[in-house]
Amino acid sequence: MSYLPYCVAAWLFVIGLYGVVTSRHLVHLIVCLSVVQSSTYLLLLSIGFRDLPAQAPIFSDVPPGTPAVDPVVHALTLTDIVVSATVSALLLALVMDVQRRRGSVDPETLSPFRE
Amino acid sequence: MRPRHRHLLFLVAGAGVLGYLVWGMLDLSPFGRYPGPYGDIVNAVAFSERHVLNVVTAVIFDYRGFDTLGEEFILFACVTGVSLLLRHEGDEQGDRCSPKPRRESSLEQAIAPHASEASRSCAALYCGLILVFGVYIVLTGHLSVGGGFQGGVILASAWLLVLVAFGSPALHRFARKYAVEWFESAGAGAYVLIGLASLLFGQNFLTNILPLGEPGQLLSSGTILLINCGVGIEVSSGFILLLCEFGKPLQHQKPVR
Amino acid sequence: MTWLVPLPVALPLLVAALLVGLAPICRRCVADSLGILTALVVAFACAGLLFKSAPGTLVYWFGSWAPRGQAAIGISFVIDPLGAGLATLCAALMTCALMFSWRYFEAVRTYFHTLMLIFLAAMTGFCLTGDLFNLFVFFELMSVTAYALTGYKVEEVSALEGSINFAVTNSVGAFLVLIGIALLYGRTGALNMAQVGEALARGPTDGLVIVALTLILGGFFVKAAVVPFHLWLADAHAVAPSPVCVLFSGVMIELGLFGAFRVYWTVFRPNLGDYETGVRLVLMSFGAATALLGALMCYTQRHIKRLLAFSSISHVGIMLIGMATLAARGTAGAMLYLLGHAFVKGALFMSAGLLLDRFESLDEEKLRGKGRGLPILTFTMITGGLGLAGFPPFGTYLGKQLIEEAGAQFHQPWLTGLFLVTSALTGGAVLRVVGTVFFARPAGGARESKSASASHEYREIRGSAHTVPAIMLIMAVVMVVVPALSGAFGRALATRAMAGSQRFVDRTGYYRAVIEGRPFGVLPAPEPTDTTLRGILFGIAAALGAVTLALANLFKSHIPNAFWRGWKPWLDRVLASLQRLQSGHVGDYVLWLMIGVVLLATALLLSAKISA
Repeated sequence: MSYLPYCVAAWLFVIGLYGVVTSRHLVHLIVCLSVVQSSTYLLLLSIGFRDLPAQAPIFSDVPPGTPAVDPVVHALTLTDIVVSATVSALLLALVMDVQRRRGSVDPETLSPFRE
Repeated sequence: MRPRHRHLLFLVAGAGVLGYLVWGMLDLSPFGRYPGPYGDIVNAVAFSERHVLNVVTAVIFDYRGFDTLGEEFILFACVTGVSLLLRHEGDEQGDRCSPKPRRESSLEQAIAPHASEASRSCAALYCGLILVFGVYIVLTGHLSVGGGFQGGVILASAWLLVLVAFGSPALHRFARKYAVEWFESAGAGAYVLIGLASLLFGQNFLTNILPLGEPGQLLSSGTILLINCGVGIEVSSGFILLLCEFGKPLQHQKPVR
Repeated sequence: MTWLVPLPVALPLLVAALLVGLAPICRRCVADSLGILTALVVAFACAGLLFKSAPGTLVYWFGSWAPRGQAAIGISFVIDPLGAGLATLCAALMTCALMFSWRYFEAVRTYFHTLMLIFLAAMTGFCLTGDLFNLFVFFELMSVTAYALTGYKVEEVSALEGSINFAVTNSVGAFLVLIGIALLYGRTGALNMAQVGEALARGPTDGLVIVALTLILGGFFVKAAVVPFHLWLADAHAVAPSPVCVLFSGVMIELGLFGAFRVYWTVFRPNLGDYETGVRLVLMSFGAATALLGALMCYTQRHIKRLLAFSSISHVGIMLIGMATLAARGTAGAMLYLLGHAFVKGALFMSAGLLLDRFESLDEEKLRGKGRGLPILTFTMITGGLGLAGFPPFGTYLGKQLIEEAGAQFHQPWLTGLFLVTSALTGGAVLRVVGTVFFARPAGGARESKSASASHEYREIRGSAHTVPAIMLIMAVVMVVVPALSGAFGRALATRAMAGSQRFVDRTGYYRAVIEGRPFGVLPAPEPTDTTLRGILFGIAAALGAVTLALANLFKSHIPNAFWRGWKPWLDRVLASLQRLQSGHVGDYVLWLMIGVVLLATALLLSAKISA
């Protein structure tokens, strides 16, 4: 139980990569890439977690000084989410262009240099 | 490589990577027992030093503000990149966001073919509420849950609602490309300028130089509030531009083989 | 002068934001001038930082958050000569690239300039930072702008596909780095490199440390295009516009190596000191494989930009060997090699870009003989080829010499032979292209060959195909002459590189400077480094080998068949299987990435077991 979140993060990482490696549709590939990204969020947030009575590090309802979880990993995760969203957006734009020019989004039929 | 070989090879490589990762992670401290000093130090001092109630916001915009500057420009670069990649010929002149009027009716049907009266009325109602909510989230980032990034995305979702319910022409009427780009660059530039301003006061880059105010008030925490607003403007403008680009009329593209 | 420190990052970002906001009213010449001016100012600022950091490493805390006790709560820039020197090189190359694209390059509104300036800010930030997560953020910023710039020519489908391969592979690499950083944070509760290194030094060397090392090294090696993480590079370089390729090959992929070893020396070295021999062996093997594979693939290419891309992979392999010696001398050699290589490769990419615009093709066979009567391009490409091979005035021979000396210290005598072979192959490939394009007689029909050929390329320059813009020619010549001059300052450069490297590898001094604020600069005098006759001779030998290979290919028909019998079929089979690796399928590339991670992990674990 104490290591389950880390194992889930590792599992998400690998299963997302499985989707990326064996995908037959580029949009599906990008979504699998975001699954890989979400494994990093899970890992970061699990590392900074503290059991109860630790609260969220927001002291609007509780007095400052009450035990709280680590706020730094939340900041790191936020940065990570923005990075992932932007990479996905760029990749989707590229895929849209490919669809328009090539008419197909199957990685099997695409190849930068056909023999 | 044939797909079957790929699957087999992945089974081996994937098992290896999974096992290796788990083996390494078992040496971490167990879930729920965060050991390290960084978070505890920040939790202890953020309230007294910066008069913020949301310590995560303090970390994002003050303690590790330089990271957030880089992150904001990742979004900025992404929006520029998408505008670059989804361009079509003749883009140097003119406002690309306005489609040619004679194709408008078919375009509307192309983007929002099934939008009913009900969805349009609801969208019109909710847009205002979403905008207010978004502004609230941006402004109270340092007081409660929220911040520039979260609020900016919520603000942009109002425009997404317009796109989905009313179609692309309506979106472009509410989002002039030049104006939105100007807001985006203003938001991004503001972050850098606030950082440079502290150089003028003899401090290091991105030091919090404004008066800190009373904790719990809207006008508190110094530059954190300003940066929050700047980031909110930049993120919302960036996402509106993304919506413009992705929702662009499709018939302008000339497929090139 | 501390206000100089944030300038290399803040100024390009500010101007980039300005360029987007002013895009409707911004004319092309204004955007160009602003871009070049900003890059020049950043170059001078970084040079200033280089001089200021020579007597002692500078530490700058953003937000004025000085460390509390032994813990850092803010982000720091730690400026030492090697990092500042690399940042100066980035800015100088960016200036050259922007001057090359002055006015004539097909720039869409101000997007090109904006992305290039953000790219510059990311690279300089990457070189100067002292915080692990800040390193990751700048790494991602660099990558995102690179993905967009690679897919620049949207009319060409291969550009889009190359960019997708690039984006997916490098994103996975970046996540590997992030997981490694997360593991380190979970163990030490810190993100500052000096602090993490100190905390790890006091702890055991267990699974977590080795896994974090593998992931971080693996992730950075994806960016550095080390075998088997290298498959994305050829696809991306073949299709990116020429000024962008100058930066990719010149400095972006080398930054992957820099990041990997910066993290190694500051974070992992204190913990893994006992396993150094094993780590050295593993990393040098990867470097050797990269150098060899890159050189072999380079020689078989027909597409000029792909050829240059594979030669970059080979040279990165040599630099990796240099840094993998885990010694100051090897690191200094790698840095000197980087310096020489960056300018020469940049000049070659610029020449390739000019050929593309003149003849609308980059296929060696299609261009056969067409280059006759282009003296300046002939000159730049010949000197570029000689520079790649390591002919003495160019800095590359000095770098190789230092790396060989470092290798000799650790009983690795095979380095000399490897360097000779790879330099001859990569230089020979370029000289072969020169011979075919500029000296051979035009052929009737293009002969078919197995390697990749470009069917039809899109032009990058506005205007007529018959006038080559003067500014572009001038830039190409400048870029090829500068490294030749560096040979004249051999001893000064070598001594400074050694001094910088000694500071780079000294972890204790780094920690004291960052966390305790003590001055870090007074070191024992650097060991004597100078160009030796041996280095010069081997440089000339490599160049001779390159010329021989090029001539052999030109006069292939005159070589008797008996020479080929026996080993050519075997060689063809090996080369064919290597070519098949570059399938263009993104899933294959990610699969090889994972296999590479498993290989690196197994190798490091085995070496740890053996060293223990």
